[in-house]
Order: sequence, then structure tokens, then C-alpha cells
Amino acid sequence: MATAPAIELRGVGRRYGERLALVDVSVSVPAGATLVVFGPNGAGKSTLLRMLATLLRPHAGSARILGEPLPKRDWEVRGRIGLLAHEGMLYRDLSARENLRFHARLHKLPERRVEELLERSELLPRANDPVRTLSRGLLQRVAVCRSVLHDPELLLLDEPRANLDPAARALIEPLIGRVSGRTRVVTSHDPAGGLAEADIALGLRGGRTELLAPAAEVDTIAIEALYR
Amino acid sequence: MRPSLALLRKDLLLERRAPESVPAMLLFSLTTFVLFHFGIGRDEVTGSLAAGVLLVTLLFAAILGINRLFVSEHEEGGFDAVLMAPIDRTAFFFAKAGALFVFLVLVEIVAMAGFSILLLGVSPWPTLPGLILVLVLLNIALSTVGTLVSALAIQTRARDLIVPLVGLPMLVPALIAAARACAPLFAAGGPGSIPGKWLLVLGLYDLVFGLLAYAVFEFLLED
Repeated sequence: MATAPAIELRGVGRRYGERLALVDVSVSVPAGATLVVFGPNGAGKSTLLRMLATLLRPHAGSARILGEPLPKRDWEVRGRIGLLAHEGMLYRDLSARENLRFHARLHKLPERRVEELLERSELLPRANDPVRTLSRGLLQRVAVCRSVLHDPELLLLDEPRANLDPAARALIEPLIGRVSGRTRVVTSHDPAGGLAEADIALGLRGGRTELLAPAAEVDTIAIEALYR
Repeated sequence: MRPSLALLRKDLLLERRAPESVPAMLLFSLTTFVLFHFGIGRDEVTGSLAAGVLLVTLLFAAILGINRLFVSEHEEGGFDAVLMAPIDRTAFFFAKAGALFVFLVLVEIVAMAGFSILLLGVSPWPTLPGLILVLVLLNIALSTVGTLVSALAIQTRARDLIVPLVGLPMLVPALIAAARACAPLFAAGGPGSIPGKWLLVLGLYDLVFGLLAYAVFEFLLED
């Protein structure tokens, strides 16, 4: 028997007041696959991620995440989703360790999970410094740790490698990369890099679907066309 | 309770690490007492005037704390992370109300000393047991209603206006009951007994508005 898709969107729409942010978006992502979302600024990528994260309700269509319909049963899936957004979702005056411990308590996780992630991301030397004192790259590594702390089945990543040097990228790859084995939705402005990690490519422009195809059938020219 | 305690602990840690609300509330209270001291041209106030000056000052000081209650979540993106956690969202309500209650207690300890020195015409010591009872009930009102109003305001652009415009009218009954209950404590001839009627009104206010705030809080966090 085939397993249910991790994400199933049918004709999903979302507006902010009169402005349509997403219009009739339909996509199905199998468990363990990676959907990469391309599109210029304001295309609706972040709105899509926030909707998948149960933070925004769809105003049209139907959405099913990890087998549960949204928003009806969003409380069932909240703890199974990890979100890495543009802002780090961290408290600036707390240290990396304090931030992660706080989220570990909310997810009822043991503190050794925090230490494990700090070690894996090589943050231990700065773990007790307030995060406001960290560089953008280090801050992003702490945010990555927060997003995967509870070992989510679905990972939503908004330009996850921004601000990271090649060494740091390699460091977080096991946590958020394809090798993590999680279902992932990644937004990207990098056609070649995005396609390299995608199973499915979705191109948005003005909130509408301009491109939806298996990544193997898409070339960088088609992605670049979204930005013209 | 564990998520509430984790959230409360985080809020207290943030206030200890980067004090914002408590110093602002405290400075406001002490400054207001100084202004009253010179503004009404009296060295000593007693009875209902003393109760009014003390409680209105604490109410306005509380508005400052209520305004900032959700700011750390809102400005630092932590709001979304908490909303995505697998917790009952009313834990957020209890944690924020608890944090505001603690802030108010800290402010009241120092503010009461300032009030006694600058304005109060009677010895504060005999009034303390009764005053503590009234302030605890008033603080519950301020914390529950304040948390509700703050959660409502943080979603709007006019946050600084919404809190006083919505919060103050809602808190008028609690202020009236607390002031009437306090007035005999500050009587010139020595503290009288607290009218049970006004304590009951204050207790009922806490119960009704506490339940109301608890019931609607989760809807305020919905998209």
C-alpha cells in the first residue's frame, strides 16, 4: 500500500486583506522527499512556509500535513514540524544553551539533546554567550539547532544556508540536508543549488504556480525565468 | 503546568538579564508619588485619597508592564516557535499572567516604601496584612486582564494605544473595589477593618475576568 504524502495541498489560497499572497497552489510531496520553492521576493514563498507550519490558515482549498487536515487538526502536527525562518526565533538576551533548553522544555526533551546539538554544530565554545553577541553565521547555526531540536518529521527551511560559510554549511548538512532523511520544504534563490537538492521544484510568482515538476525535468533556465 | 513554568522561567530570566519592565514601572510609580507630593501641596494623605493615589499610580504603572508583556516574543520571533510547540496555548496565558504578577509584586514592594515616605500620613506597618490581601487580589485582576489585552494589542500596529484604551475601562471595577477596600486601612485615626463587600467584589471580578480571559485567550493567538 502506498504511504500518504507528507504534504498535500489542493487549490490552496491565502490573502492579506485585499492582497492575494497565494492563489490556487496544489502540490503533493511524498514522505522523505524535498520540495524546493523558487520565486522572486513577494512571490508567496514565506507565506507558503508559514501555512505549512500551521501559523497561517489557508483561506481557500484544502491542506493536509503529515496526514492531518489543516487547520482542523493542526495541534496534532505542531510538534512534528520544524521551521527555520528568516528571523532566528531566538531570544537575544538568552544564550544559545538557554534558548535551546527553553525549547527543549516545551517539547519535553532531555537536556542531553541540547548538548548533543551544541556539540554537533560546534557551538559549545560560545554556548553561554547571549545570542545577540553572536555573528550572523553563528546565530544561523543556533537557529538550525532550534529547528531540529525535536527531531521533526517535516522541516521547513527559509533560505537555510544564508549567512553561512562553506565550513558551516557542511556542519549543518547532516541536520537539515537531504541526508537527514526528513521531508523538507526549502525556499531558495539559487537555481543550481536548489535544484541539486530538490526532488520536486515549485516556482511561484505573484502567489501563483508558474512551475511545478520533478526536479530532474527542470533546468536552471526555467528557474531563472521566474525572476525576470 | 510544565510548559507554563518553562515560559514563566524564561520571562523572569529575560527580565533579570535585561531589565526593562520592572525598572520602568518602578520609576514611573516613584515619579508619580513625587509629582503628587508637590502637585497636591500636601505632605500627608490619608483615607480614600491615599488609597486612590496609591492604586491609580499602580494601575498606570501596570499599563507600562502590560504594554511590554509580549514584546520579547513579538520582536525576536519567539512567538512562532512557541505557537508551534506541542503545548496547550493557555500555558502561554498562565506564564504571562504569572510574570506580570511577579513584576507587580516587585514594583509594589519598593513603591509602597516610596509612598510611605513621600505621602502616607499614617504608619504603613499596621496596614500591611490588609493591604497585602487587597494588592494580591488587585494584582490577579491586573495580570489576567492585562495578559488578555496585551495579547490583543500585540497583533495590532497601535499596540501602545490599545492597551490603555481597552485595558483601563476593563479595570475600572477592580480599581473601584480595591480603592474602597483600602480606604479604611489608611484612615487618619488608625487602620479600620476592610469592608468584606469590596473584597468580595474584587474576588468575583478576579474569578469572572480570569475565566473570561482564560476562555478567549487561545482565540487571540489564532491567525
